Amino acid sequence: MTVKHPLFDDPSRCADARSCTAADCAERASCQAGQRLPKLQASRRGFLKATAAAAAALSLARCGKDVFQGRFSELSKAEVKEIISGLEREYRKKYPVNRKGKQLITVTAEPPQPGVVFGYGLDLTRCIGCRTCVHACVDENNQSRKPQIQWIKVLELEKRRGVDLMHSDPYYNPPKVPEPGKYYLPVACQQCSNPPCTRVCPVKATWKEKDGIVVVDYNWCIGCRYCVVACPYGARHFNWAEPTVPEEEIEPNMHYLGNRPRMKGVVEKCTFCIQRVRAPVDQRTGKPAAERDQNIPGKGRYPACVEACPVGARKFGNLLDPKSEIRYILENKRVLVLKEELNTRPKFYYFYAT
Amino acid sequence: MKSRKLLFVTGVTLTVGVSVTVGFLFETFRQSRADSLPDMRPAMTPGMRPAAAAPGMRPAAMAARRPAEKQPVPVAGAPAVASRSDTLETNPPPFSKGIFPCSQCHEDMELNAKRRTLTEEHKNIVLKHDEKNRWCLDCHNAKDRNVLRLASGKTVKFSESYKLCGQCHGTIYRDWRVGVHGRRKGFWNGKKTYLLCATCHNPHQPKFKRMKPLPPPVRPEEIRP
Repeated sequence: MTVKHPLFDDPSRCADARSCTAADCAERASCQAGQRLPKLQASRRGFLKATAAAAAALSLARCGKDVFQGRFSELSKAEVKEIISGLEREYRKKYPVNRKGKQLITVTAEPPQPGVVFGYGLDLTRCIGCRTCVHACVDENNQSRKPQIQWIKVLELEKRRGVDLMHSDPYYNPPKVPEPGKYYLPVACQQCSNPPCTRVCPVKATWKEKDGIVVVDYNWCIGCRYCVVACPYGARHFNWAEPTVPEEEIEPNMHYLGNRPRMKGVVEKCTFCIQRVRAPVDQRTGKPAAERDQNIPGKGRYPACVEACPVGARKFGNLLDPKSEIRYILENKRVLVLKEELNTRPKFYYFYAT
Repeated sequence: MKSRKLLFVTGVTLTVGVSVTVGFLFETFRQSRADSLPDMRPAMTPGMRPAAAAPGMRPAAMAARRPAEKQPVPVAGAPAVASRSDTLETNPPPFSKGIFPCSQCHEDMELNAKRRTLTEEHKNIVLKHDEKNRWCLDCHNAKDRNVLRLASGKTVKFSESYKLCGQCHGTIYRDWRVGVHGRRKGFWNGKKTYLLCATCHNPHQPKFKRMKPLPPPVRPEEIRP
């Protein structure tokens, strides 16, 4: 009996090069695929089944609770605490030494403060394009060194053209900056009030928090990269390969939605240094978030790029606080946002101080 | 006739009064709603409107909405040092090593107030700061070298040198006080550092030195996992 197989119908094709003996191939024309196929199929099917089951069991065992973790916004406080302490254990084991010596890694999931919406100001008359912010950001947020991921991109533009993103160059490398006739425009996530990136996420792994920061849950991201395409500012970055950060350069102060180490196949972006700005320090005692009394409003540090900028071009504050620096800028300076016509309503304001 | 006129006047008064009251109440209601819902409508916070409106705004309108000028409050929720007096807490002045107090040399020296190029001491100081119109003793106090001198003749300490700089650079001084000019470290809703002008700008050559940029990003075609 010969069983016809659609793939191997053609008698001129050898049924299975690997299983055919030399003798079989000699009489290729008469090689009847069907004669060996039933047996072969059965064994292959069995093999595949067994392999799949083993792989599934192995991966489940390795992933542990990650696989069964719910949506971040729906987790109870106890569940969040459990997940965070699990991550802490994992990271402490993986990175016993970090850029602050042997300081233990802490992971928090500090929620947004009520009455706070963050805004960012960048003074285009001051920026000299030195890229100090780019590298401070890489260090603070544990961005992959190889393959390289940088959340801030500094564009070099010509003064005579104005804000003309089409003729910008992010790869400029003159011996000295600023160059005459040029100005510099650093671009990172604009933390839109109407973010196009969160809307396209098919699994809602990215969303806008109450304090205006657009975040990604790396455990929930499926890596479809819709958001990368939707972002008009090129602010989202995909981990095409397993990100690498040298152990001694890891920043130990981490946030679940922020700078904790990412994995291959997830999207990441600027979070206004969520691990710094979300009140991690006790107002009275100066203790870090983990030890602070949750009833006392904490105070938040500036993002790393704000503190790093050598010319003080970067400003940060609470948009709902009329006394904040950012409000002063909005009320007194000439302000622009990028691609205003797209109605993304960024909370990243470029301004001219003079 | 008289009663009809009276009726008419009363009617008009009543109508106007009622409509004004209703309008006022409605406005108050809207205001209070807007005030009570800051979190729900982040895009409509007052601070955001000028982003679009600022370029075309009339000067008068700009001046009207400039509340922070009179009482510069640099910090939200921080110790209100700045709002009380005009003296701010800053870093110590960045003196060259061993140079202060100036009186250790100048006390015994005779005052030579003649404008000249210094050949014996302070040779490394080259003035490129409106040098045609000014020289050392316009800012350094001739009688007591340990302090600086304002245009009015009043002396200020080196730790308050921003008052001296602010005499000419008024707009920058104003921005610096509210935290918009200059580098800041610390907490966005707490204490933050104030750096003296001279920390970043060499007072004798205040223009920023050009610097080497950090390495550019790798081009996409060169990225290999």
